[in-house]
Amino acid sequence: MAHVSLNNISHAYNANTDSETQVLTDISLDIPHGSAHALLGASGTGKTTLLKIISGLLIPTEGDLLVDGRRVNTDSPRERNIAQVFQFPVLYEHISVFENLAFPLRNRKVPLTEIHTRVKQTAELLEIDNLLSGKTTGLSIFDKQKVSLGRALVRNDVSAILLDEPLTAVEPSAKWRLRQKLKELQQELSLTMIYVTHDQLEAMTFAEQISVMHEGRIIQTASPRELVEKPQHEHVGFFIGMPGMNFLPTDSTACLSPPKGATKAGFRPDQAFVSTKQGHNSLQVAVIDQQALSTHLGESWGLLTCKYQDIEIRTRQHLNLNVGSTAWLHIDNPHFFRNGWRMTGQAEVTQGNA
Amino acid sequence: MKQSQSVVANSVIFVYSCYLILPLYWLFSMSIQSSQDITTNAGWYPKSPTMANFQEIFTNPVWYEGFLNSLTYVLINSTISIIVALPAAYAFSRYRFLGDKHLFFWLLSNRMAPPAVFLLPFFNMYSSLGLFDTPLAVALAHCLFTVPLAVWILEGFMSSVPRQIDELALLDGHSFVHFFCRIFLPLIRAGIGVTVFFCFMFSWVELLLARTLTASAAKPIAVVMTRTISASGIDWGLLAAAGVLTILPGLVVVFFVRNYLTRGFALGRV
Amino acid sequence: MRKRINNRAWLMVLPVLFLVAMSAVIPLMTVVNYSVQDIFDDNNRVYVGLEWFIQIIRDPELHAALWRQILFSANVLAIEIPLGILIAKAMPRRGSVATGLLIFFAIPLLIPWNVVGTIWQIFARPDIGMAGMSLTSLGLDYNYTANPVDAWFTLVAMDVWHWTSLVVLLVFSGLRAIPEAYYEAAQIDGANRWQMFRHIELPRLKTVLGIAVLLRLMDSLMIYTEPFVLTGGGPGNSTTFLSQYLTRMAVGQFDLGPAAAFSLVYFIMILTLCWLFYSLISPAEEQTER
Repeated sequence: MAHVSLNNISHAYNANTDSETQVLTDISLDIPHGSAHALLGASGTGKTTLLKIISGLLIPTEGDLLVDGRRVNTDSPRERNIAQVFQFPVLYEHISVFENLAFPLRNRKVPLTEIHTRVKQTAELLEIDNLLSGKTTGLSIFDKQKVSLGRALVRNDVSAILLDEPLTAVEPSAKWRLRQKLKELQQELSLTMIYVTHDQLEAMTFAEQISVMHEGRIIQTASPRELVEKPQHEHVGFFIGMPGMNFLPTDSTACLSPPKGATKAGFRPDQAFVSTKQGHNSLQVAVIDQQALSTHLGESWGLLTCKYQDIEIRTRQHLNLNVGSTAWLHIDNPHFFRNGWRMTGQAEVTQGNA
Repeated sequence: MKQSQSVVANSVIFVYSCYLILPLYWLFSMSIQSSQDITTNAGWYPKSPTMANFQEIFTNPVWYEGFLNSLTYVLINSTISIIVALPAAYAFSRYRFLGDKHLFFWLLSNRMAPPAVFLLPFFNMYSSLGLFDTPLAVALAHCLFTVPLAVWILEGFMSSVPRQIDELALLDGHSFVHFFCRIFLPLIRAGIGVTVFFCFMFSWVELLLARTLTASAAKPIAVVMTRTISASGIDWGLLAAAGVLTILPGLVVVFFVRNYLTRGFALGRV
Repeated sequence: MRKRINNRAWLMVLPVLFLVAMSAVIPLMTVVNYSVQDIFDDNNRVYVGLEWFIQIIRDPELHAALWRQILFSANVLAIEIPLGILIAKAMPRRGSVATGLLIFFAIPLLIPWNVVGTIWQIFARPDIGMAGMSLTSLGLDYNYTANPVDAWFTLVAMDVWHWTSLVVLLVFSGLRAIPEAYYEAAQIDGANRWQMFRHIELPRLKTVLGIAVLLRLMDSLMIYTEPFVLTGGGPGNSTTFLSQYLTRMAVGQFDLGPAAAFSLVYFIMILTLCWLFYSLISPAEEQTER
């Protein structure tokens, strides 16, 4: 296993010479040995391109890729010793599960006896040793993905394992089992794993560090908790959390006393509540929907949707209001954003003004 | 796979292209020379090009009527094939019914029948129907081969259209005929294009049946060509010019369906 | 997705059924009828049982034609299938160049078969043909109308010219249908070019290759027009194949009984081959679809 670092990597596809499209801009990332890292973002944000650059299927147009301090930009995938699991199970259908697992070893001319022991070990680790002699065609997607994972694990010299949305095709009931297995293996064998996904729940339960990508850039790399508590960018706030952050333009919410230069105030559903009482710095809203998620001591809790001017706002709270009624929104310590980026030190500023 | 075209790959393509183009070049070169020049003064390129051969074809009714006859039965054949194949393909792609699989294989097996086997019976049948020596006879005879093909290709394209679309349209209150013509057909445009391509590819190029089922009035161009050979010695220039002209309709058809070709093939339907 | 059972769908199949039955079943019955009778004229028929069948099965000329047919089909398949794969693999996978090449390659498929014969006749003749003249000027004694080996060689060259493109188109679209991820996975697994072909492309081309072999086999077994124009079955009988022999029997000599018996045997032979192949490639199809 190894330490992977990306220094100022940019990439542009120029399939047609006249229209060059920049898909990655200035990506820097440091993934230490044995860590679980996730790349999180909506589709089309360049996650897969970044993965291809790490695996060696693409050569970045700018920047350096280092594995254990060695520059590997132009090394072939084979020389880099990187393994990958794809969105859909990619297996060689005409040969047995055993041969599938042995394939990368045979290509590297590993001696036969060693192939046998290693394939056996890997299969036991993944609990697929009973499938070894069969073909891959009849397997469930869950088992197929385990075999693809096995092709990565069977190489004991592998520097990192890349996972490109590996749960997408898996049956819903088996999703958590596979994720569990991945996490388990990652910790047990202290593997360096890079996990690409658009699903925040997958990213947050899997990774120690998450890089949120947006329009070809990494807008924040942080622990799951930090992403929730201190989103660096509007998109992080919007993307992380269920539902995401609410935003209000500062010019219509002067009562929140935004700091100078702020364009938007953002607050998570649990950072606000709606009640019939008007309070200090509260906004008048119309309650338009209540969605109960749980009942506790005879009271419903859940998501409340209200409207402030034309903007819909969601809060997570005690549902004791009538839909259609007018009420007051209380916001607790909002974040302030300027041109998309969060303004630091704003907490003191707001408190000072209040 | 994004790999740059290697030198080896390019030379393979180049050599094959030359192999394809040289006989065609030679045909074209012959078509613009007089027979005199061809036999006495052969060279790698036409020394005194002339349009006389083409002029002869366009002014002599035997030649241009041959073309018209061919085009007529190809058109009739394609039209009939498409019209009868559409509902059948829809049935095969959407419903299960008694004996569907056997029927499908039986249909396909006709594509595999040697036309020579049907020579005599067709001759007898169309003579007794009074259709002998008409374009309709040739068109109907070709249907035996093009209709199964059309059903097969169209079924492939129809099956790739999600069945929910049918249900949605019918729920929206469209009548079946309206749905089929206004909504479904535009969706399988590509399939119809490919089907026409293959009907054409069979009907336009076939000689054996076309020759047997015609005598004089409906003689197709292919037959005019073979008969000219035996009658008056061989006028190579004229023959080549007629050959060039028979290639043109194919070029037009392939140009129109160019974007659908690989899709049609990719469905595994030929 | 499960299809609905609906026997009224038969109504939609009816036109096709009618048309194909008209032109397949009725003529076939006529053929069966002919094959067991000796016909002098419309009112004078004698039932002869299997006599015609026995006659054609013992016909030495037919045996010779059959062997030539098998040799020819094996010949063209052995060349066209690998060549088609090679060319399809050499083509760029996408873009306007690929489309242009496809249109160009499709041209021979759309030329009337007798014109294909004519083109090669003009191209190969030693006196006026480009290939013929070139070979002669190289000092080779080449004349396809007089020398059986030359005739055979010219026929195979013509068939390769005519039909390799069909294999190319099929394999090309098969290659295009392979998801990129398979190549990426193999690259990461450290596979070389040959291994990628062997373990990724070949297994996924199984269906299209099956279809290509099937079509080429069937069509080459029925070849008639091109050799008819190019060599007329000669010199001697050296390029007389089954269809020509049949046509000569039926139309040339008007031996209706033997011709009909031969037709049936011929048809059944091809159908059996077709069915064998169909059942060979069908399970493969199911596997890839799963």
